[in-house]
Amino acid sequence: MIKVNNLTKKFGSSLSLDNINCEFIKNDYIALMGANGAGKTTLIRSILGYYHPDNGEVLINGLNPINERVKVLNDISFVPQLPPPIKLSINELISYVETSSNVDKELIFHFANEMKLDVNTNLHKSFFKLSGGMKQKLLISISLAKKSNIIIYDEPTANLDPKARDDFYRLLKQNEDDKVLLFVTHRLEEVKELVNRQIYMDLGKITSDERVNV
Amino acid sequence: MKNLKLIAYLDLKESLRAKWFLVYSLVFGGLIALFFIAGVTESQVMGFSGLSRLLLMYIQITIVILPIFILVTTVRSISGDRDNHILEYMLSFPISLRQYYWGKIIGRFITVYLPVLLAMVIAIIYGAIKGADIPWSIFFLYTGLLFSLSFAFLGIAFFISSFVKSSEVALGIAFFIWIFLLAFIDIALISLMMQNRFSTELIITISMLNPMEIFRIAAISLFDPELTVMGPVAFYILDTMSQAMFVLLSVVYPTTLGLIFAYFGFRIFKKKDLV
Repeated sequence: MIKVNNLTKKFGSSLSLDNINCEFIKNDYIALMGANGAGKTTLIRSILGYYHPDNGEVLINGLNPINERVKVLNDISFVPQLPPPIKLSINELISYVETSSNVDKELIFHFANEMKLDVNTNLHKSFFKLSGGMKQKLLISISLAKKSNIIIYDEPTANLDPKARDDFYRLLKQNEDDKVLLFVTHRLEEVKELVNRQIYMDLGKITSDERVNV
Repeated sequence: MKNLKLIAYLDLKESLRAKWFLVYSLVFGGLIALFFIAGVTESQVMGFSGLSRLLLMYIQITIVILPIFILVTTVRSISGDRDNHILEYMLSFPISLRQYYWGKIIGRFITVYLPVLLAMVIAIIYGAIKGADIPWSIFFLYTGLLFSLSFAFLGIAFFISSFVKSSEVALGIAFFIWIFLLAFIDIALISLMMQNRFSTELIITISMLNPMEIFRIAAISLFDPELTVMGPVAFYILDTMSQAMFVLLSVVYPTTLGLIFAYFGFRIFKKKDLV
């Protein structure tokens, strides 16, 4: 599903990704780890088509995420580490997702409910006025409702309490079949039960890539 | 198309809720209210009176404050979203960059244009209730001029926003452009002329390239078709083209300029890293 070929990305003189090669196929549940500045976020953003590589390419189902972003992003769900301060109301944000990605609104409500987030009473509230945990729950609900084949989570549980984390992992377990699940995490123990592949990055390179039994 | 409308609609809704929009609307609405309270419609200066006089004053003030309002409020639209990671999330959905960028422009244009237009409409309605003559030709000209000036600066603002990484730098550039163009309405032009280093034609061409100057001359051209109050620029304009042609140019040129800047902004937005 995701093929990264000789990917190099520089920011000025700083090398963020150094000739990365990797492939993620269906049913790969990956924990992507490494110290700050290792290149994890750059790799994710390259997969999402945000960065123009200095060398190499990323292919998602054979498509370039920069040139074919609409087709590629139809198949990707993404939750960032920190929920951005979006000024839209929850209702507007859900409309944005519904219209742009043909996501069933009811499904977002369903997953939000499973995450113990009461969307209905907060529909007209600005997204950025929600608590950190509520924001994260909504973004997770959207990511699951989108029913993408590729799900990318950048430290998604940072704002969640232990109960919400359990709900999140339970939902993920129920919805991970035939997908690529890519976790950026610093806490392997939390996702150990979910992942079958562990990748470590350092200084823009993949230093280890191991398959593990779930 | 549905995504373009969606982005425009959401940007519009977001802007309407923003505090800057409230201030922006109050300033232009307040100006009109102030003119009525101050009795501008009853005064007569240089032969202009009634609503014509009020609209002329409104447009003269608008020349100065509209560009900076548009620049300051718009220049951060993309760079600000990039700064606070909104772009990273919103662009993770299958929306083309074309739809996102032009949708933002359409939404923002409606936001900046409507209050200035509505302020004029309110003036016309209030004037009509008071029994004043409605200067329709001036009203329609100003509607067109405000449209083109708004679009020119919106295009410039989006152009800046597309390549600047931080919103502080974007603001700095916006202020510089505003001061620069404002200076080239009068002060800088006069000083260039006084130095006698450049030909008059060059100086007049520079002034004619400035959308604020074009706006200013066109705004007064209906009151003073000979443009006698404008000095040497008037001779050049009237020698070069008819008054009707000049009015057309004053609407078409800034709009085209805005489109060109917006287009190049889009090219940069598309070619550069998004976040």
